[in-house]
Amino acid sequence: MGGASAAWADQPVERGIDFQPAATPAMAHIHSFHAFVLPIITVISVFVLALLLWVVIRYNRKANPTPRMFTHNMLVEVIWTIVPVLILVAIAWRSFPLLYEQERAPPAALTIKVVGNSWFWQYEYQDLGVTVASNRLPEEEARAQSRPNLLAVDNPIYVPVGENVSVLITSNDVIHSWTVPAFGVKQDAIPGRVNQGWFNVDRPGIYYGQCSELCGINHAYMPIEVRAVSREEFDRWVVSQGGTLADAAPAAAQPAPAPSAPAAGASPTR
Amino acid sequence: MATSTDAGAESVHHDDHRPSFYDWKRWAYSTNHKDIGTMYLVFAIIAGIIGAVLSGIIRWELAEPGVTILPHLVHVPDAMQAQLASGEITQAAVDAYRIDAAKHHYNVMVTMHGLIMIFFMVMPAMIGGFGNWFVPLMIGAPDMAFPRMNNISFWLLPASFALATISMLVPGNGQFPGFGGGWTLYPPLSTSATHHGGASMDLLILSLHIAGASSILGAINFITTIFNMRAPGMTLHRMPLFVWSILVTVWLLLLSLPVLAGALTMLLTDRNFGTQFFEPAGGGDPVMYQHLFWFFGHPEVYILILPGFGIVSQIVSTFSRKPVFGYLGMAYAMVSIGFIGFIVWAHHMYTVGMGFDLEAYFVAATMIIAVPTGIKIFSWIATMWGGSLEFKVPMLWAIGFIFLFTVGGVTGVVLANSGIDTALHDTYYVVAHFHYVLSLGAVFTIFAGFYYWIPKMSGYRYNGFLAGLHFWITFIGVNVIFFPQHFLGLQGMPRRYIDYPDAFRFWNHISSIGYAITFVGLIVFIIVLFDLFLARRRAGANPWGQGATTLEWTLSSPPPFHQFSELPVIKPDPHH
Repeated sequence: MGGASAAWADQPVERGIDFQPAATPAMAHIHSFHAFVLPIITVISVFVLALLLWVVIRYNRKANPTPRMFTHNMLVEVIWTIVPVLILVAIAWRSFPLLYEQERAPPAALTIKVVGNSWFWQYEYQDLGVTVASNRLPEEEARAQSRPNLLAVDNPIYVPVGENVSVLITSNDVIHSWTVPAFGVKQDAIPGRVNQGWFNVDRPGIYYGQCSELCGINHAYMPIEVRAVSREEFDRWVVSQGGTLADAAPAAAQPAPAPSAPAAGASPTR
Repeated sequence: MATSTDAGAESVHHDDHRPSFYDWKRWAYSTNHKDIGTMYLVFAIIAGIIGAVLSGIIRWELAEPGVTILPHLVHVPDAMQAQLASGEITQAAVDAYRIDAAKHHYNVMVTMHGLIMIFFMVMPAMIGGFGNWFVPLMIGAPDMAFPRMNNISFWLLPASFALATISMLVPGNGQFPGFGGGWTLYPPLSTSATHHGGASMDLLILSLHIAGASSILGAINFITTIFNMRAPGMTLHRMPLFVWSILVTVWLLLLSLPVLAGALTMLLTDRNFGTQFFEPAGGGDPVMYQHLFWFFGHPEVYILILPGFGIVSQIVSTFSRKPVFGYLGMAYAMVSIGFIGFIVWAHHMYTVGMGFDLEAYFVAATMIIAVPTGIKIFSWIATMWGGSLEFKVPMLWAIGFIFLFTVGGVTGVVLANSGIDTALHDTYYVVAHFHYVLSLGAVFTIFAGFYYWIPKMSGYRYNGFLAGLHFWITFIGVNVIFFPQHFLGLQGMPRRYIDYPDAFRFWNHISSIGYAITFVGLIVFIIVLFDLFLARRRAGANPWGQGATTLEWTLSSPPPFHQFSELPVIKPDPHH
């Protein structure tokens, strides 16, 4: 898949058996973590299956009419205790940095407040004066426009490519969960508290997600659509939405080394 | 049904005083652990069939994208049909009503499938059924410690199930009946008047309170029985592993259910009496409910599987004609799994915003469970190693269990890592994981135990061909259902969705075909049951031969109505 950048869309594919392609470093790291553990768990499962097949073949009643009566073997017992511990330590060694990356949001160039409602998402770019209500695009319209049913929304949100975007997630009623698989972001939208997620999209495209916490009868009908575009295009979109650009001259890309003491609230730096 | 054949058994066991099968008092007033165990098993089979039918409707609906099946099953109220006839409302309005009702009913079925399978199928079968039947027999006790409490433990359960069933029929979400907030009952969805204002949720709370009380009473009974009523020489370290598994399980019940009861009570008062424990507007916290729920909920999943560990240990040893490998390691692996099970609950909540330190702790604690679980898997294989294996039907289920539980276990290790759980939480990957350990794990062990003990319980042998057919059809079917769900989850399909984007169609369709295969297996199982009681092939006291060494095989099949009026004396086992 792929093609021209405007046509790029991360979404589930028919018969897909793996993650959606990564659009952020965080998701790329989830990919590599999965690529690390999948062989381990496959080998363990195949190993257990092989042992089972071996005892079935070698120790069935015909092959081995007289059972041996041993019940202990210190060496193998130590091995099958220590080796799993070592495997788990290896997994943890890769796991904790991943968690740290997700939980420690860097200073953001853009902050979006995301509010879950029954059953649509509301987005507030408070520093830019833009508010967007995102509803599911009705099926007939989605099919007429060749956009994916149950993923496309009427008013997608836009984010600039290559900049750290912070999302502050909360809810107006019941618990929802704001999820974009390609970004590696999933944070519950809980009334009375504000959760933070972040992402930095590394290529332009359309990215889809779906509510991921049971929220009532239309749980399956409040999708998420994020369009990652260049800074110029993003600015044009902000203006078209009636927003105001902050003091012009946006720092084009922002992988800048973060100053110490990152602010947890992550307000825009300009 | 029983008179002529039982006469033979009773002549062997003089003074048996077994009441007539048709005497309703025998069952309603029963204080006999075997009769109560039988009632638990019958109850579990009925509830299991209901739960399986619910999942069948779920998979039928999910076989194709779109809301395709359920709208046709919706009852349109008479008043609305009258309005339609008189032209007050259009057909489109009725269709919209059908769709909304379908969405709600779908959520209700997802909720009730979970609750029924957990509280009314697996727990009654394992603890109430096999536990009641075989804990006293295996430790050489005449009955349970508190026979009358045993009676009330059972009879609370039909009451609880009746409340749960009524809850599906009374208003839940506005005009729609039933509670559709998932078996976890998360507020604010479960407390919100706009989502679940009706009495349905209140009935469900009361249902679970009663089911919890039933389990707590049962737990007290088992603990007392196992600690005080073991036959002479039956030390704790000589108890069969099935008894160990029940002992650990009932401790988990005793310590975790009160926490659930507290959380449920807070839901009840939040809903009805103006408290705001979980209401942010009043200073409450919905996440607090999740902590309380999962403090119960995680031990609960071990409650569902630990007795299965015990059953598999007995079966593997019996059909290998070999004592269990590493008996003490096996027993204390279960104890440590039970203990660690209490300190890992928040791995169900990685996405609520806990922060790095807390998540890191729960990642580490959760992964540690893999160590004692691995000890169990490898010890079962070591028990078979060097043995003389016979592949009777219980052994097929047990070996199938060992492999499938391993598959479910390793995906659990993946999910334990909060970093990757971000991508997988609340997707079908999780659904696949917990069905591999519960549907293919716990349920396989229930069938294993059923085929292992049904000759003892009924006195009849099952038809080996039909029972083998039941195993192979089920084995294939459940794998076709659940393995593709890993793919759906990795692709990002969220769980509890009635409808999904077209791209998810293929694997959903395969999964639904798998359900159809499994359902054929269920029908074969029912045929096995009928055949068993109609063909009446007599089983001897010990149909499994020299490998079956526990005390229940020293008794007739079925055992006398009262056993061990002279206590057996257990001699030291040279193998421990």
